[in-house]
Amino acid sequence: MFLIPIATAKTIIDFNQLYGSFSPLGLEFSDRVKENVGKEVVIKGFMAPPLKAEAQFFVLTKMPMSICPFCSTDADWPTDIVVIYLKKKQTFTQYNQQIEVEGRLETGSWTDPDTGFVSQLRLRDATFTAL
Amino acid sequence: MRLSSLAVIISAALAAQAQAATIFPLDRATILAGSYFDVKVEFDQEIKPEDVNISVNGQPLQDTLKGDYQFIAQENGTPASTVWLRNVAIKEAGDYTLSVSEGDKESKVSWSVFASPQEQKAKNIIFFVGDGMSVANRTGARILSKGVYEGKANGRLAMDQMPYMAMIGTSSQDTIASDSANTMSAYLTGHKSAVNAMGVYLSRSEDNLDHPRQEPLGLLVRRVPGMKFGVVSDAEVEDATPGAMVAQTRRRGDKDKIVGMFYNAQPDVLLGGGSAYFLPQTTPGSKRKDDTDFIQKFTDAGYQVVTNNSELTSIGADTTKLLGLFNTGNMDGVYDRRFAKNEVTAKFPDQPDLTTMTQTALDVLSKDNEQGFVLVVESARIDKDSHPLDWERSFMNTIMLDQSIAIAQEFAEKNPDTMIVVTADHTHGIGIIGTVDDEKEGEMRDKVGTYDEAGYPNYTDADGDGYPDDLNVSKRLAVFYNNFPDHYETYRPKLDGVFVPAVKNENGQYAANEQYKDAPGAQLRIGNLPKDADSGVHAVDDVILTAQGPGAENYHGYMENTDSFKVITDALALSNRLQDESSQIPEDSVDFTPPSSKAAQ
Ligand SMILES: [Zn+2]
Repeated sequence: MFLIPIATAKTIIDFNQLYGSFSPLGLEFSDRVKENVGKEVVIKGFMAPPLKAEAQFFVLTKMPMSICPFCSTDADWPTDIVVIYLKKKQTFTQYNQQIEVEGRLETGSWTDPDTGFVSQLRLRDATFTAL
Repeated sequence: MRLSSLAVIISAALAAQAQAATIFPLDRATILAGSYFDVKVEFDQEIKPEDVNISVNGQPLQDTLKGDYQFIAQENGTPASTVWLRNVAIKEAGDYTLSVSEGDKESKVSWSVFASPQEQKAKNIIFFVGDGMSVANRTGARILSKGVYEGKANGRLAMDQMPYMAMIGTSSQDTIASDSANTMSAYLTGHKSAVNAMGVYLSRSEDNLDHPRQEPLGLLVRRVPGMKFGVVSDAEVEDATPGAMVAQTRRRGDKDKIVGMFYNAQPDVLLGGGSAYFLPQTTPGSKRKDDTDFIQKFTDAGYQVVTNNSELTSIGADTTKLLGLFNTGNMDGVYDRRFAKNEVTAKFPDQPDLTTMTQTALDVLSKDNEQGFVLVVESARIDKDSHPLDWERSFMNTIMLDQSIAIAQEFAEKNPDTMIVVTADHTHGIGIIGTVDDEKEGEMRDKVGTYDEAGYPNYTDADGDGYPDDLNVSKRLAVFYNNFPDHYETYRPKLDGVFVPAVKNENGQYAANEQYKDAPGAQLRIGNLPKDADSGVHAVDDVILTAQGPGAENYHGYMENTDSFKVITDALALSNRLQDESSQIPEDSVDFTPPSSKAAQ
């Protein structure tokens, strides 16, 4: 499906545009990500099964996650994920429901104080809507 | 120990009595003479050391077994005491009975300590694991790769042409079922272990790294001067199967620590995926939770580090220590890498094939090597694709394993003192039942042909590469898994990417993935597993093991996976070649000694 941006053109970053290069020695963020650090952006994706039904923290993935890496030692997260910190608590959606998340883009290593989850790419003060 | 039937009756009677303690290693453990292990005795109440009697073959524990003794009055903060004896090695072969008595309560376990024969039969061991490789994988790979006509296979797989064979039991310490951690650990330590654990018995310890340890083959090889070892896998190298060569942890998920265990053991060759756990947490793509840079540490330790196929195939002939990491996570399967024109491998387009990794590992390990080597090669995605019911990919990865075995067989022809073992760590509930024929009338299920209606599939291999030219032929194999979550059965290969049968819904249950609902003729299959199961599970069915080369004649009949360890160590005469102290642990090795055992020393 092709969405035409409406008047208040938001910066939409596609999951495929997160990284400029992939190497086993590390990934590099794309110019599009680097240019938008600190700015409001929109990313579409799927909510991974969260730790609690209502929380302010979840992981956004490109595809619906069939497994819950929080729950299983056998499983692991895909490389390209975005951690979402919500502005205020929202009730979570079905995990196979595509959502659109808007928030302030942040990069750099960050360890979530509650869960110990390490992330390199986040949206802060975010809100989401089901598509 | 020769257990007489009387002894069996007595121990059965004892089991009904009050037990004094739980003892590790477990009853019936088989232990390589000279290998290190921990003894742990767990009392179910608080005791005073002077009130209990722990003896080995009738003699006090500390007079018989040498190790680091530690008494814990209250383990885990509860009124239950524990006695540890760490880093024990028994050099004398024989039967050992460890008895614990407290008042009128008694517990005992018997261990059989075996020494290797004087004569060393094999210089090298190449141990292939098709993770989750079941009988259907062998049959399916043979049909897809060689073809079958008028009742006879048109050719043999490399793994079909091995003279020795055994049925292997895979059950675990804690359950009849198994996972890749404890089963590979059983092959490589000779001890059983528990689901999710490697190199340890599951005890009541709270610290993952503080369970009674067993010594895995990688660490044993390190105690043989001049001998080498390598690990090759298309999973993350720190995943359960490759990791079991060196790991001692109750949780296979301790992947960051398993990387450190590899570093301490310094394998001569380490090739696969999983670089995310080598990168410091500040590097995008890292999955570590600290700033340790293991790429740098391996480089500093003299390793040549390569990250793609072109680098791997152009290493210098003088390379002696090789680390190859080709993906941040698991490497992609052979179908997506070599044949599909899909998005799966877009991020890491130049990953090597298992055959190339196997050949390179053999080249590096065998160069100027007097003392021989142990090489473990895993085709991991046989399992990783069977879990999501993607049998086509699982079969393709089986063919890739077989082509790697053929490379090892060429090596063994020139180096006849090489034993090759091909096995699986566990099986899946998978079966081939006939064909699916698009020409047949009706719904998709009506196109399934069984018995005489099945006929033969019409796969071709025009280019002779050993892989079918097309998986989506008009008359293809009908293959089903016997356990599954809710999913849509499409009766057709998933050419765009690995099948995702079920996704979690808002109730935390796995529901059929709607993505496949509109595939022509898709049929909803209601699952037969609990609703929290995301994919198919491992089967308890035996594994088929095939083997060749000196020493391989000892594989026959039914064996436990732990029994394979004796076949290998016998062939290598390993117990005669072990040095007491590991002289090769790097100076800046990572410290995994649990706090309680540090206190004891
Ligand atoms: Zn598995």
